[in-house]
Amino acid sequence: MELLYTREHEWIKIDGTTGVIGLTEYAVRQLGDITFVELPEVGREVRQFQILSSIESVKAASDIYAPLSGRVTTVNEALDTHPEIINEDAEGNGWLAGIEISEPAGKKALMIREEYDEYLRGLP
Amino acid sequence: MEEMKKVPLFSDHQRLGAQMALFGGWVMPIQYEGILSESKWCRESASLFDISHMGEFYFKGDVEASGLERLFSCDIAKIPVGRGRYGFLLNDAGGIVDDLIIFRLSCDEFMIVVNAATTEKDFQVILSGLHGDSIFTDISAATAKLDLQGPKSREVLAELFGESIRQCPYFGFSKMDLFGSEALVSRTGYTGELGYEIYLKSDSVAECWRRLLQDERVKPAGLGARDILRLEMGYSLYGSDIDESTTPLEAGLGQFVDLSRDFVGRDALLGQQQQGLARIRVAFRVNSRRSPRHDYQIFRAGARVGHVTSGVFSPILGCGIGVGFVSPEAALPGLSLEIRHETTSMAATVVRLPFYTEGSLRD
Repeated sequence: MELLYTREHEWIKIDGTTGVIGLTEYAVRQLGDITFVELPEVGREVRQFQILSSIESVKAASDIYAPLSGRVTTVNEALDTHPEIINEDAEGNGWLAGIEISEPAGKKALMIREEYDEYLRGLP
Repeated sequence: MEEMKKVPLFSDHQRLGAQMALFGGWVMPIQYEGILSESKWCRESASLFDISHMGEFYFKGDVEASGLERLFSCDIAKIPVGRGRYGFLLNDAGGIVDDLIIFRLSCDEFMIVVNAATTEKDFQVILSGLHGDSIFTDISAATAKLDLQGPKSREVLAELFGESIRQCPYFGFSKMDLFGSEALVSRTGYTGELGYEIYLKSDSVAECWRRLLQDERVKPAGLGARDILRLEMGYSLYGSDIDESTTPLEAGLGQFVDLSRDFVGRDALLGQQQQGLARIRVAFRVNSRRSPRHDYQIFRAGARVGHVTSGVFSPILGCGIGVGFVSPEAALPGLSLEIRHETTSMAATVVRLPFYTEGSLRD
């Protein structure tokens, strides 16, 4: 099990060839109350750092980017009616989608937790 | 550099952990514990808002001889002492210079409450329209404003400040003694709930704020919740929904304009009424939880018909809601609209205002 982060504040928990994707607590704190989550279509192929789906909060609408390339295998349907789960547990029950990873080499463009924390400290 | 003014309660907001942001030149609390929970609390109990950034003017003189009367869209000479009225300052083209509330303090005294960002402009507009010997002063700096809004606000105020508040009618006000300092308490608000706006001296606002927050029925709420609450009622926000390029007729606010008498902008409004309106305000519900936002485009049957001026997710209705301007044929209740922004599209239905009809406003 490996947990990696993007500069756009997504996380991906990797177990073998599958990965579960979500937004970091930092991102969610910036967004405020989440009001809507557009879940990606199951079966869709996504490319690393391309738009996976979008999310809306009381403050803004934002895109969510795929941390790695792959095919969407599962989505967190509970978010359709209860997007607030993301505010309550961003890095756990508030996961967005699972993917079958097609290009694991993309991992070298992601950060481990220590690097992500360091990256956050450098943000304004 | 943009001007950044601080309200007297600035450090209180910081102590409460508020997220602050610039609004109309003022650093204001946007949220404390969360925008959705704050708006819910206001609909169920009572919320306290610091609205000290708004502007207040004092006038003393003859309403007619001074020219004051001619400056307002509503007939201020007919306001009874002890009551207030909502209305507009207009320009010659009928455009809205500001929306405001004017209270009649006595036969020849008024207090005018204006928006924060427009305070200086409004003061000059009114001043230049006055003649003869009247007194007209900007009392904004010395005046703070707290809004207590929600179904339990009357109980809270009656217990703290005395039973007389129970007699105050909608859009009425009374002068009260709050902790040794004179305050004006009006039964007005911007939330659709039973509520009061408290005007008090800037140097006594902190005690009033802290004492009200000691009541467990009262929680602080920021401008984020205020924006949701006002839009659920369809209340216009100056600078977002209305400005100098929009008239009250276009904005669906014709009931606050008395066209039977002379005032600045009246000729333009009469002309607009005669020619018919090219665009009017529309209110719509999104058929999902998506939020429309300012400047999103409005389409009807594939053709662009207007744009959104305000939009939020309404927690009480569980869907996105918005208002905007469209060509009149696209504003009929029940019509289907499409709201677009970049790659986003949301289906919406035209509705009548207010969106939310269960509020305690008139209780």
